[in-house]
Amino acid sequence: MVVLAGGLSYEREVSLRSGRRVADALRARDVPVELRDADATLLDTLADDPPDVVFPVLHGAAGEDGSLRDILELVGVPYVGARPDACRVAWDKPTAKAVVRRAGLRTPESVALPKEIFHDLGAASVLDRILGRLGLPLFVKPTRGGSALGASVVREAADLSAAMVGCFAYGDTALIERHVTGTEIAVSVIERDGVPEALPAVEIIAPAQLYDYTARYDAGDTEFVTPARLSPDAAERATDAAVTAHRALGLRDISRTDLIVDASGEVYFLEVNVAPGMTETSLLPRAVSAANLDLGAVCQDLLESRAG
Amino acid sequence: MEQHTRTDAYTDHYAARAAGMVPSEIRALFAMVARPEIVSLAGGAPYVSALPLDAVGGMIGSLVAGRGAEVLQYGSAQGDERLREHICEVMALEGVQGSADDVVVTVGAQQALDLITKIFVDPGDVVLAEAPSYVGALGTFASYQADVVHVPLDEGGLIPSALRESLARLRREGRRVKFLYTVPNFQNPAGVTLTAARRAQILEICAEHDVLIVEDNPYGLLRFEGEPMRALRADDAERVIYLGSFSKTIASGLRVGWVLAPHAIRAKLVLAAESAILCPSNFSQLAVREYLATQPWREQIKDFRELYRERRDAMLDALGQFMPDGCTWTRPDGGFFVWLTLPEGLDSKAMAPRAIADRVAYVPGTGFYADGTGHRHMRLSYCFPEPHRIREGVRRLAAVVEKEIRLRDTFGGAARIGSTGVHTPGPDVV
Repeated sequence: MVVLAGGLSYEREVSLRSGRRVADALRARDVPVELRDADATLLDTLADDPPDVVFPVLHGAAGEDGSLRDILELVGVPYVGARPDACRVAWDKPTAKAVVRRAGLRTPESVALPKEIFHDLGAASVLDRILGRLGLPLFVKPTRGGSALGASVVREAADLSAAMVGCFAYGDTALIERHVTGTEIAVSVIERDGVPEALPAVEIIAPAQLYDYTARYDAGDTEFVTPARLSPDAAERATDAAVTAHRALGLRDISRTDLIVDASGEVYFLEVNVAPGMTETSLLPRAVSAANLDLGAVCQDLLESRAG
Repeated sequence: MEQHTRTDAYTDHYAARAAGMVPSEIRALFAMVARPEIVSLAGGAPYVSALPLDAVGGMIGSLVAGRGAEVLQYGSAQGDERLREHICEVMALEGVQGSADDVVVTVGAQQALDLITKIFVDPGDVVLAEAPSYVGALGTFASYQADVVHVPLDEGGLIPSALRESLARLRREGRRVKFLYTVPNFQNPAGVTLTAARRAQILEICAEHDVLIVEDNPYGLLRFEGEPMRALRADDAERVIYLGSFSKTIASGLRVGWVLAPHAIRAKLVLAAESAILCPSNFSQLAVREYLATQPWREQIKDFRELYRERRDAMLDALGQFMPDGCTWTRPDGGFFVWLTLPEGLDSKAMAPRAIADRVAYVPGTGFYADGTGHRHMRLSYCFPEPHRIREGVRRLAAVVEKEIRLRDTFGGAARIGSTGVHTPGPDVV
């Protein structure tokens, strides 16, 4: 069995850490596993010594946009996780929002615009229209990508321009979303015998109310509460939302949906991850612990179900 | 029952000085830089492949086979005596006359910096450093909670009048200034060299204010053109603590550097070194000693100079050919680095992910300032990539800068990546 991690994306370092964690958890259960980077030698290795099954733990482009999984399909190697077409839909945040909205979920009002449009039409007037329509505060992030890279909360109109430039550092199209304040939670979904089951919601209390890259992986002052402190109704709606998103997007085996629950208990879909972070500070492993499961056992079950 | 956990469960246990030890997203981006698809103009790693590796390998093999009982044993905290004698010969090439008794061998000059800061700096004490200054030194000063006050430099190195003003102001404010840290030759990161006239002035100003000078000189022997400069230490043995290193002239992986200090300071440094590491690696020290005794090391340094001169020329040519108007850069006479200044309104740190997406890496200028400035600057290294890769890297970088100018024109200014943390890359790029 092969755990694929690394790759050439902004989230390479996180992916390497995730891969190491998954490999260690599997080895602790005596599952023979090789940890590999997705580099120029990968295809030859897969051809010369095909693994029974691959667990892709590649974050960011290639790993989550479906392209690496297309390659695995091409070479006929089974793998854990969503198929390429479903990945492509989930990876593009505006598209994923449209799909889950049709499935009945709420998601914050937003607009997705490429940087060229600001250049062609004049940034000031485009930003004015956005502010007029969506108001403040706003959440700005690249339409593709993870780990909150390039993401920021805009509370003052004067800061929007800088947020756009920061966002365009990590992608060519920006998703500008009405920022819903409330309880930030992540709900992981694991399939068992083909049936998606939600794990306990993890609540995130980030410093300065921004769960940014540093807060995610390094700073010590982000607090997590499992299960999230929600009313029974809200907790059930959040669980349902994650399973609905998983199904509506046609995902497979594993996903993590990020949600906000506002003061009235309404649940808003933010985005979904087809290769959730598996590092020692990541959300999915916390949810696995909260469910009294073992990460290695969960990964082993997923691998064995795909190895056929 | 709900459970509360944190990203780092040990947060409440750490010492105050660990509070600033937080990596950032910029640091994470450098995980990509090691991949061969990316031309890295970020790393400061010397090109050790140019060494006669077979000969060095044979030498190390015989060393262990013949004198293993000594090579693989503990040594003294001050370092091997015969190596210290060789170090005095090396320093003499730059006018420094010192006694082997006043030399302490360290784990790279980096450890010398750590020991010096440890014995001199209490939290809140001022350390003066060039603006910009070596990222590894700033990290050390921060870890001892020093307050770094930057003094500007220009093409001629540290500006004496600015140093004088800073010292006068700090004296008025009643601050305790512990030392001036300077890299006078082919400065990291700016690539500039302190002029002879300014060397004399800086010694004079520091004497007036009774401030010690820590002279860090890892690149001095790698001069491509112009006349060698006398080290500051050559003209003031009592005020100047001199740091040297074999990392650039032999091999960085051996981790052998040294400090030459006035006798009393040397005694404190030895005790500090003993508590930190007991003793530097005998294996590394004896490998260096043997190399200096048996290999044509002066010829090897000449070879290194030629190699780096060719790479510097490749970088300067490519910058002249590709960089858009409004960019300026320094022209080093030696060492490893060019310091590039971007047009107004551009931000090298905000631009870094875009550059890496376009397969070229540099170190954003912010890493070289303790005060969060430096956004318009970047450090470009020419020491490691082959000349054709340097050219390709600069071509890619120029295209990124062009796109950045367009983005600035669209939005009227650059964003600052706002997160906290140490915005510096890891040890592979110092």
